[in-house]
Amino acid sequence: MTAKLSSLSDGRIACLEGLVAQARTAAAVFTQYTQEDVDRIVKPMVLAGLEQAHHLARLAIEETRLGVLEDKTIKNMVATEFVYNYVRDKRTVGAIAEFPERGLTEVAEPIGIIFSITPITNPTSTVLFKCIMAIKTRNAVIFGPHPKAWRCCREAVRIMYETAVRHGAPEGVFTCLEEPTLEDNAYLMRHKDVRLIDATGGRGVVKAAYSSGKPALGVGPGNTPVYLEKTADIPMAVVDIITSKTFDNGTICASEQTVVIDDEIYDRVLNEFADLGAHICQGGEAEQLARVLIDAETGYPQPMAVGQKAVDIARAVGLRVKPNTKLLVAPIQGVGKEHPLSVEKLFPVLSVYRAKSVEEALKVCMDVNHAGGLGHTAVVFSRNEEIIRRFGEVIDAGRIIVNSPGSIGALGGVYNDMVPTFSFGCGTGGGNSTTDNVNVYHYLNIKRVARRTPAHMWFRVPNQIYFNLNAVENLRQFASRSTVIVTNPALEHMGHVDIVRRWIPSETLVRVLAIPDAEPEMKVILQGVEALKLSAADQIVALGGGSVIDAAKIMKLKYESPDADLEELASPFLDIRKRVVQFPTVKVHRARLIAAPTTSGTGSEVTPFAVLTDKASGRKVTLADYSLTPDVAIVDPQFVMSMPRRLTADTGIDCLTHALEAGVSIYASAYTDSNAMQAVRLVFQYLSAAYERPGDEEARSMMHNAACIAAMAFSNASVGVNHALAHALGARFGIAHGRANALMLPHVIAFNASVPSKFMPSPNQRAYVAHKKYALTADLLGLGGETIDEKVRNLVLAVEGLLDRLEIPNSIADLGISKEEFERAMPDLARNAFEDPSWRSNPRMPLIGELVELFWSAWRGRGRASVAKAS
Amino acid sequence: MPAHVDELIATIEKAIGRVDEVESELVLDFSPVQRLDPSAVTLLEKLAGKAQEKGVKVLLEGVSVEVYRVLKLAKLAQRFSFRG
Repeated sequence: MTAKLSSLSDGRIACLEGLVAQARTAAAVFTQYTQEDVDRIVKPMVLAGLEQAHHLARLAIEETRLGVLEDKTIKNMVATEFVYNYVRDKRTVGAIAEFPERGLTEVAEPIGIIFSITPITNPTSTVLFKCIMAIKTRNAVIFGPHPKAWRCCREAVRIMYETAVRHGAPEGVFTCLEEPTLEDNAYLMRHKDVRLIDATGGRGVVKAAYSSGKPALGVGPGNTPVYLEKTADIPMAVVDIITSKTFDNGTICASEQTVVIDDEIYDRVLNEFADLGAHICQGGEAEQLARVLIDAETGYPQPMAVGQKAVDIARAVGLRVKPNTKLLVAPIQGVGKEHPLSVEKLFPVLSVYRAKSVEEALKVCMDVNHAGGLGHTAVVFSRNEEIIRRFGEVIDAGRIIVNSPGSIGALGGVYNDMVPTFSFGCGTGGGNSTTDNVNVYHYLNIKRVARRTPAHMWFRVPNQIYFNLNAVENLRQFASRSTVIVTNPALEHMGHVDIVRRWIPSETLVRVLAIPDAEPEMKVILQGVEALKLSAADQIVALGGGSVIDAAKIMKLKYESPDADLEELASPFLDIRKRVVQFPTVKVHRARLIAAPTTSGTGSEVTPFAVLTDKASGRKVTLADYSLTPDVAIVDPQFVMSMPRRLTADTGIDCLTHALEAGVSIYASAYTDSNAMQAVRLVFQYLSAAYERPGDEEARSMMHNAACIAAMAFSNASVGVNHALAHALGARFGIAHGRANALMLPHVIAFNASVPSKFMPSPNQRAYVAHKKYALTADLLGLGGETIDEKVRNLVLAVEGLLDRLEIPNSIADLGISKEEFERAMPDLARNAFEDPSWRSNPRMPLIGELVELFWSAWRGRGRASVAKAS
Repeated sequence: MPAHVDELIATIEKAIGRVDEVESELVLDFSPVQRLDPSAVTLLEKLAGKAQEKGVKVLLEGVSVEVYRVLKLAKLAQRFSFRG
């Protein structure tokens, strides 16, 4: 202790320090015990408690003058036998729960020293209960009993301690303060070696426990409302209430305080109470009770009444009652200061209220609940499930006891299947940290051993992909009543649409929808949906580049699920499997989507992505969901034979970027790698030829396949920082997507191949492998090199060589963007690139400063990329 | 250092007696010790106190993880040196 409390003598402090030292040693030694060791100790303790139940009850009655001997005996037996019945098979040492499918193990860690405060109302039973819990969980306890109940508690502790030590518990595991004072409590509550305060008692002690700055289980007073509803089993309800409220003369804090009775049954209920030995207050008797029993100033009950018999209370108040009267029933007209008997009364005086309606009854129960009983206990008697449900929802109580006695019901294990306890958690309403019936798990720190779990991976692509020259002929096998061909005017003019029509079965009604060749706008989508509805389409053929195929995907979505909210569906997400907004599964129409690309780059024919431009807001909306993936892809090179050279180059590099980024993505798998690598190989083999000799059928065909294969890779492994940079650059300076990718690509390879300043969290990756995968790609391309660094450098040089052959500008500066202009744009470029979701699958996490450096590197141009060592 | 608790206690008591005899370091082999009980912990505390008083370093060899945990929780670990 750092600060000495002046009111404690040096001798007392030495005594308290001695108790803590003993407990510290015992708690330390206790950590070596196994589950079998503690279970071997607990059982004889329980038997000793049962054996001494009556003896301890007698001591408690003699010392406290509260309660009923027989009931206190039963409480001691419940505190041992019922609690043991609950804990005996519970694992509380070492691994206590295994979740193999989640790779999780829960391991019990003892708390250490617990300072436990016990009440005057349930002194010995609370001690027995806490001793059993402490041994079961390998903790040491210093007991601080109520000053008017310390002798009986000391005896209960002695019985438990001697039995425990005799069966192997460490010496010093339990100690008990003698002649305890509030100063003792304050000292121990703040002692640095006390790990937990478990305070059961009155308002003051609970508040002190929570004010100590230590973790605490503080369980204090209640004010139990009871709703006796008209459908209830009245004889049962009245017996239960009398049993509960008179148990140990009402000292259990969960016992009934105010019974709210429906008007229809009020008189019958009161007659039933009277018949069973209750005195119903008449005339001014209730006011007389309130005057004597409740302190007018504080509103709290007089301590002299606590735990006394009904006849003794009646005599003290001056009421004339029958000699065998069990309970005094006092009608009240409301709740609050003007109605003193509406508070908690730990003696056999029960308030009753006549309610004119269910609504009034529930409100009065809430008033009682809020008048000192928040979080504690409430009771409802009813056969109406709806009433029980509403009561459970509106009343703030850790225990809602249904059709059973409140006090014994709340203890658990007798009338219901709740955990047996002598400590009722009252939740935040009662200033507590739990609403549970306090049990062994509150005496443990539960550790979670979490093993690395392999993330579930996937590889999803259309189940039919037709490729090579004349693949379009496969359209004939798809039966359709009504097909809409979505395309653009240029392709219609070039005769591509006629080729498609030729292979659609003749009985199919075909309609052509030509849309502008640009990223689709909402207006275009909605027109398309109308066209689909008008044709009652069951098949859509998207013939075009990425924009046309994207438009068809969104038209299909809105046609099948008209209520789909595109803005909402475009909400950002980190993991497609855990996304907040789900794509609709309810469909009013169904249409097969067949995608036939006329460019070799985006791979939209197999991807789950679609981009929509909202012209009104000037925003691009990116949709991503596997339900957007076309059902069938037709990769027919005849549709790309006339692609312009520049478009061939740009889309080809887009394809290469897809493949290289998917290859090093944190979501890369053997499935996506095989596609990514093959696509890279095809690009290096055929892109130059397709660019230089546009009529080269083999080159065109292989590049068309490469784009589709690369798209299968990035559909499942995603892209990376190159795309984030290209999106920002393209949007700012109006640079075609493929060209923007090309300007960044060599710089990004060098960046990803170097040692990351910040690693990307990824359960899929066991090491940083981006540089090795680039080296593997270089090997596949036969680029040579001995070391990983050499191979990566050769890959960068090969990419730069390819870009040169495709006559792609060397730098952003070569596009005519001045240094000053680029500098001005940089804050927006960096922010937009950082906000772009593409880099979230990149192997290294880019810092904003690194994005800026990458932009500047690309502005200066290629031929300068250096590769730092990552190996 | 014996495995049995009674023998362990006797050995620690003997070590307390030897603190006066050694010059700078007292080495105790804890490798056979599986478990400590409160009396052993109390004696170790006494040994640590006496050793500190005499300026003798007490080196515990081969302490198991479980026993080391007990010494940590009993706030004794910082009063000894450990090897092995």
